[in-house]
Amino acid sequence: MTSGHSVVGRPLPRVDAMEQVTGRLRYADDLTLPGTLVGRQLRSTQAHALITRIDTSRAENLPGVKAVITGADLPISYGILPVSQDENALALHRVRHIGDPVAAVAAIDAETAEKALDLIDVLYQPLEPVVTIEEALGEDRPLIHGEGTGKNVHRVAALEFGDVDAGMAEADHIREDVYFFRGNTHAALETHSAMADYDADHRLRLWSSTQVPHYLHRALEKVLEMPAGRIRVIATPSGGGFGGKTDPFSHEIVAAKLSMLTGRPVKITLSREEVFYAHRGRHPVLMWVKTGFLRDGRITAMHFKTFLDGGAYGSYGVASLYYTGALQTSTYRIPNYRFEGVRVFTNKPACGPKRGHGTPQPRFALESQMDKAAEDLGLDPVEIRLRNLVQPFSMTVNHLRITSCGLSECMAKVREASNFSESHGRLPFGRGVGFAVGAYMSGAGLPIYWNDMPQSEVQIKVDRGGGVSVYSMAADVGQGSTSMLATVVAECLGLEPADLAMVTADTDLTPVDLGSYSSRVTFMAGNAALQAGTKIRNRVMQAVADKLEVDPADLVAKAGRIVVRGDPDSGMAWAEAVRTAIASVGPLIESGSYRAPDLAGPYKGAGVGISPAYSYSACVALVSCDGETGQVDVERVWLAHDIGKAINPLLVEGQIEGGVYMGLGEALFEEHSFRGALHRGPSLLDYKIPTALEMPPVETYLIESIDPEGPFGAKEVGQGPLLPVIPAIANAVYDALGVRIDEVPITPDKIVAALRDKSRGGSGRFGPETVPEYQFPPVVRVEPPAGFVAP
Amino acid sequence: MTVTLPAFEYLTPESIADAARLLANPQQRVAIVGGGTDLTPKMKRRQSTPALLVSLASIPGLSGIRIEGDNCIIGASTLLADLAASPLVPSVVAAAAAEIASPQIRNTATVGGNLCLDTRCNYIDMSENWREASGHCMKDGGEVCWVAPRGDRCWAVSSSDLAPLAIALEGAVRLVSVRGERVIAAADLYQNDGIAFQAKSADEILLELILPIRQVRATYHKLRRRGSIDFPILGVAAAARFDHEGICRDARLVLGAVASAPLRAIEAEQSLIGNRFTDEVIEEAARLAAQLVRPQDNADLGSRYRKWMAPVYITRALHDLEVENE
Repeated sequence: MTSGHSVVGRPLPRVDAMEQVTGRLRYADDLTLPGTLVGRQLRSTQAHALITRIDTSRAENLPGVKAVITGADLPISYGILPVSQDENALALHRVRHIGDPVAAVAAIDAETAEKALDLIDVLYQPLEPVVTIEEALGEDRPLIHGEGTGKNVHRVAALEFGDVDAGMAEADHIREDVYFFRGNTHAALETHSAMADYDADHRLRLWSSTQVPHYLHRALEKVLEMPAGRIRVIATPSGGGFGGKTDPFSHEIVAAKLSMLTGRPVKITLSREEVFYAHRGRHPVLMWVKTGFLRDGRITAMHFKTFLDGGAYGSYGVASLYYTGALQTSTYRIPNYRFEGVRVFTNKPACGPKRGHGTPQPRFALESQMDKAAEDLGLDPVEIRLRNLVQPFSMTVNHLRITSCGLSECMAKVREASNFSESHGRLPFGRGVGFAVGAYMSGAGLPIYWNDMPQSEVQIKVDRGGGVSVYSMAADVGQGSTSMLATVVAECLGLEPADLAMVTADTDLTPVDLGSYSSRVTFMAGNAALQAGTKIRNRVMQAVADKLEVDPADLVAKAGRIVVRGDPDSGMAWAEAVRTAIASVGPLIESGSYRAPDLAGPYKGAGVGISPAYSYSACVALVSCDGETGQVDVERVWLAHDIGKAINPLLVEGQIEGGVYMGLGEALFEEHSFRGALHRGPSLLDYKIPTALEMPPVETYLIESIDPEGPFGAKEVGQGPLLPVIPAIANAVYDALGVRIDEVPITPDKIVAALRDKSRGGSGRFGPETVPEYQFPPVVRVEPPAGFVAP
Repeated sequence: MTVTLPAFEYLTPESIADAARLLANPQQRVAIVGGGTDLTPKMKRRQSTPALLVSLASIPGLSGIRIEGDNCIIGASTLLADLAASPLVPSVVAAAAAEIASPQIRNTATVGGNLCLDTRCNYIDMSENWREASGHCMKDGGEVCWVAPRGDRCWAVSSSDLAPLAIALEGAVRLVSVRGERVIAAADLYQNDGIAFQAKSADEILLELILPIRQVRATYHKLRRRGSIDFPILGVAAAARFDHEGICRDARLVLGAVASAPLRAIEAEQSLIGNRFTDEVIEEAARLAAQLVRPQDNADLGSRYRKWMAPVYITRALHDLEVENE
């Protein structure tokens, strides 16, 4: 590496690694204060019902019970998006899914709290449940939100960029395919947990395993009707989030309310089953894709329809809906593009964002279809993608601004390393290789609630002993954001990351960062930290330059000293330099901030999908399949990722491997499966996450495209690498067995069904045949951006 | 929701006689506990709320494997991990034990616990709240079996990996109660009913598994989704003796996890006896045995797939037994 960086680019362990691996780290459920009460929630046993009576008196009279609350105690609704304020911490009059929280208790211990739940009498008047997308789009079912019957449509999108009909008319070959991505959930190791402490001076503290302390802070302010300044939210060290801890949750609000009523700390830790009900996982999405191709493989037009099963609440759903149509254009130059999507409500746990938020489903469909088109046209799967490849520093037809793009390098790397083109179509029956690509945002371009303030702020304070404290609300959810911030600041100041004191994710102590979602933290908080660190360095350098009577431009910060360039023994030690600076200009406190450029295109919905930069990934999967049992063994995965610049390659590779693991689970095993409105198995026995035995070796390759706007050129890695894994496995299964499983997860029963179908002369395809007849509203037509170049 | 254990008394008798006496009181809801890996989660889910747990852990001599004459004796308290590592037991038994649950569970779970494993069903192995939402089923004190609501029986699935193998190897179990001791064939320990799945009465303690040591070829094939953790959704245990010409002289074929008890495929066994294990013979036996398989939609991967897999797994198991190069 000739970057000239001293800590950026080094594979250093995380700054909190020893705390984590020695088990000393205190997660939310490890916390306790004197007198802490145990909170528990009563959950609905009805999928859809009105609450006609709720009697808590027997529970209140149980010795040891300190408070019992119901929906009436928390009547103000909330939701993560300003347009979807449709949740209540405890059901108000109506329950919308099995597991919906109805009441809550605080008691001296868990046994008493659970006994008290049994003593709460709830009388339900059942309503007909709405379970499937088809039922939700019918007219005859009760509305889940609202009165009477009708279509349970949450939100619809209908957009057209360019002229799809004209594009289809130019095509030599048109494919229409239907895909279904069944939903799944995050399955973070740590279940959700929160502890609230309302003190005698009417101040509330809430510790919670959350990815979004700032948004949680806002929700508490609204629901509890307390000034934000009296509420302190502290995100605890995380045992995994993956998007599952990105909403404000019932148990967080309930713990706060119970603490306010009892004057004692209250802790609620969800059981594994409750996490399946809190959910916010991957939406089930039914997809119809029609794409026109020229003979040489170039795309002339694409029409993409999505049907999202949203579950009972809005959550991030409006964004999720648009995400199912937004990023198709980020990898391929699609000259004419129509997107129609609808998200419906059903009486199941609410879906929301999971790693890749709304984009793994269409990516599975798109990459599967590209392979089918390649076969139709007699092209190599890599070749057809290369012919449509998005170009660096270009605009897409739907107004996404593409900057750095190392996708072609990623593709070349995995193609070569895996011997893909020599293996594809040439391995014996039962073995196969699959190829796919993906792209993801380095942070959503817009905040969740409209405002024109920075999206991330970082503050740095330097102590007279030379100690550097970095303050950021960014919540480290295991991805290593705290280590990233430490590395960025350490690089600025010539220090080691582990030397810095990191103060994070505390709304009283740290300036705002919007949260650990949309892969935004490295890009946004990293840039804010870079700005703050640069300011500190410049002030220290100026003071040292004044004292030594040299030009500050000749000074460098390196190895704990401020020295004249080329003379490592010159200058002074960091601590002395700091004292010099404080003596000359006062306290060394600086801040930095980041706000993404205004990138939104001229249409409603343009806020979803825009980002200051996109990461790119390419993946090859090698599988061996049992042609009798349909069992799939992923032997090896090659994944190249355009990271921009790896601030810490060790953490980047960890994220890639984690993404491959999660993608593997989604491709072959995991499904949030229901029998009617009842979850088929809300446990980690029944919900099949892969074990270590299923995990293949992963060859990772980091492609550094050096993004012009990223901190040190860095882009995201938390989500993008998952995207191509699922379709790469699907394509590999086809290469191995000659059957197309157009429905995720690709389970052995589907493969055997397809093989049996093929042996009887059928197509050997497993998947839905059609999508519901649904009349989308007329499309909003949007002109392609100025300078848009068709392939 | 409930995550704590219900209150119970826990006793650790130090002799078999004391344990038997504790179990003899018909007034009390009592359960025998070995490793507790199945019972404890059931208690948290309030599927089972015994007032008294009688642990076998402190009884000397109940743990361990020994050879006595022509038998391999495996104590009920033997850990599955120890069984999997034992050089004394037939290698097929060690290999099957290594496929039960996960390494962590095998370090706690016992042979007796696996042989007496409660039948499983994804309508019952759920939290109290879930069962309330679905409506309590027959095995849960309700009226109907949700798997087959028109029937009059419970279809919960026998999910032991050791049981089919013990039957295929013509094993026996020693039972004891205050009324005395008896040895019954492993096959007679089970009944094809999801609720009354054991012939052993509630006050009887399973002391040991007795496996005759014979010149048999034996194998066990297990279908499950993942390489670890999962219960079988189909188990095929097969054992056969061949004469010096490669003719099968005796055969046992037992199917696990497709009914409320391990099923012996007697017709298939008969079709094997007197024959070499040619492809045709194996195919016919697999066809006959697979006819017995009528899985219900109450375990992983659906009944259709498990039905399809039965002949595949049976065929593979029987091919394992083939005598080569005759």
